[in-house]
Amino acid sequence: MSTYRVLPGPEHFLPPAAASMGIRLPNPGEAHIHGVIVPEEQAYEEAARQFLMAKVPTIFPGPLVLWAWNEKAAKKATAVRHLFETLKECVQPGQKPMLIPMPDYRPKYPKINPEIEINPNHPNLTIWHNKIDCCMFVGVHCHQANLSLKIIRGGTSCYTIAMCAQAGHEDAMLSFRDASVDKIMKLAETIKRLKGTVQPRLSTAKSH
Amino acid sequence: MSKERIKISEALYDIMPSDYQDLVKSATYGKEDRGWKDIGTAKELIEQHSLCAGCPESMAFRYIIASLPNPEDTVMVGSTGCTSLVFPMVAVHNIHSLFGNQNAIASGLKRALSLRFPGRIKDVVVLAGDGATVDIGLDMTLQSWFRQEKFTTICFDNELYANTGGQESGLMRKGFVAKMAPVGKQFEKVRLPEIARESGCHYVVQCTVSKPSLIEKVVKNAVYVAREIGPTYLQLYTPCILEIGKNSMEGLQEMRDSEKPNERFAYKEFVSEPAKQLLAELAAKEKERKAAAKQLAGQAQA
Repeated sequence: MSTYRVLPGPEHFLPPAAASMGIRLPNPGEAHIHGVIVPEEQAYEEAARQFLMAKVPTIFPGPLVLWAWNEKAAKKATAVRHLFETLKECVQPGQKPMLIPMPDYRPKYPKINPEIEINPNHPNLTIWHNKIDCCMFVGVHCHQANLSLKIIRGGTSCYTIAMCAQAGHEDAMLSFRDASVDKIMKLAETIKRLKGTVQPRLSTAKSH
Repeated sequence: MSKERIKISEALYDIMPSDYQDLVKSATYGKEDRGWKDIGTAKELIEQHSLCAGCPESMAFRYIIASLPNPEDTVMVGSTGCTSLVFPMVAVHNIHSLFGNQNAIASGLKRALSLRFPGRIKDVVVLAGDGATVDIGLDMTLQSWFRQEKFTTICFDNELYANTGGQESGLMRKGFVAKMAPVGKQFEKVRLPEIARESGCHYVVQCTVSKPSLIEKVVKNAVYVAREIGPTYLQLYTPCILEIGKNSMEGLQEMRDSEKPNERFAYKEFVSEPAKQLLAELAAKEKERKAAAKQLAGQAQA
């Protein structure tokens, strides 16, 4: 078993693809945390804890949920919005949850506006600009998600969560697989349940 | 693609950047009268581009995209060069081919689309520079014309390899000295419009892009003829202002000077007999449609 762990960066220039370091994807009913396969239940708790701890917990919805390709996509979008609203209700003063879209994948020149969107080719700009320390990708095609997750791990210290509709992402620090409306709602429920039990990093920082 | 499929999920509508909201609200997809006059109001027609300031190619790009009669069902095939920097800014399907392969790729694409969507009009338009069309890709260009492939080829003729610093191309004029061709061109400019005619193209035009209404007309004609009859070819002069030593604001004048009678980009048009007949029919239909629309507007006012 690989001893490599997918941890918050910065891992600097050319972080290795986690798959090349021996990290494998979870089976159905499982998830991974830092590259270690865990039961999915454990991942809900950890993802909720990371969101509640973060100064700027952020959800990045991608094209698969932003655009109403079909009924399922629209329902997932509603679930993502519910998750965000729940997060807003559950954080403490000083924490700043954000919902920033990734509308498409084209390289945008001459620049993007990092306050209102994220681009997979330079996701670090949005993360740096908004000081995001925990983020979740949902509705992003696998290849673009892998690219972004690696760039984020390379250049930022942001904790990354992937709510993947396929087999999961090795390059995220925490990854679900087979994402569905139910799973997104369950994460929202877990956040609600853990409300008030997790110390935000913000207050920890102040106490030092 | 149809306009129906590009709705934003209602639950996340408010967080979408306004560019995307506007694209869905005010794009010209499906609009019968779309044309160059939509530039400035329609979002999909390139608000920004990454070409040089004042580049005539950016004007040409806008006019062409605005003039496509069926943008939601059009696939553009591009090639290496400055054009490939613009495609990411355009809301039209596009494929970037290897340098020179564009007409071969378009041939396969057009055939595949005809088989996959038999009852639906799918247009294919090649957009490449003179290096890709006349030098590196000449074989593919000519073979697609010989085979009577039903798509339009548009060549942005800037008379050299601008993107790589000014090397000599087949379409460079005789005697021209470029940065990377210091001796000057020894041969005549290749007469591709004439070659296109002899190779079986049914509609061939050579002109500059100084007049948007003209570009709209020739692009629409070329697409309609390619759709129904066979290959069409447009050769548009889009000078590279950097490589010919001009300033940003001098591109338009350069084109106007080059299109005067007896100049090398004087308007040139070849139309085959079947294409003439088709265009006449389309013009008659268009006239009828406009008259009916005018009558309807008059009735509404009364």
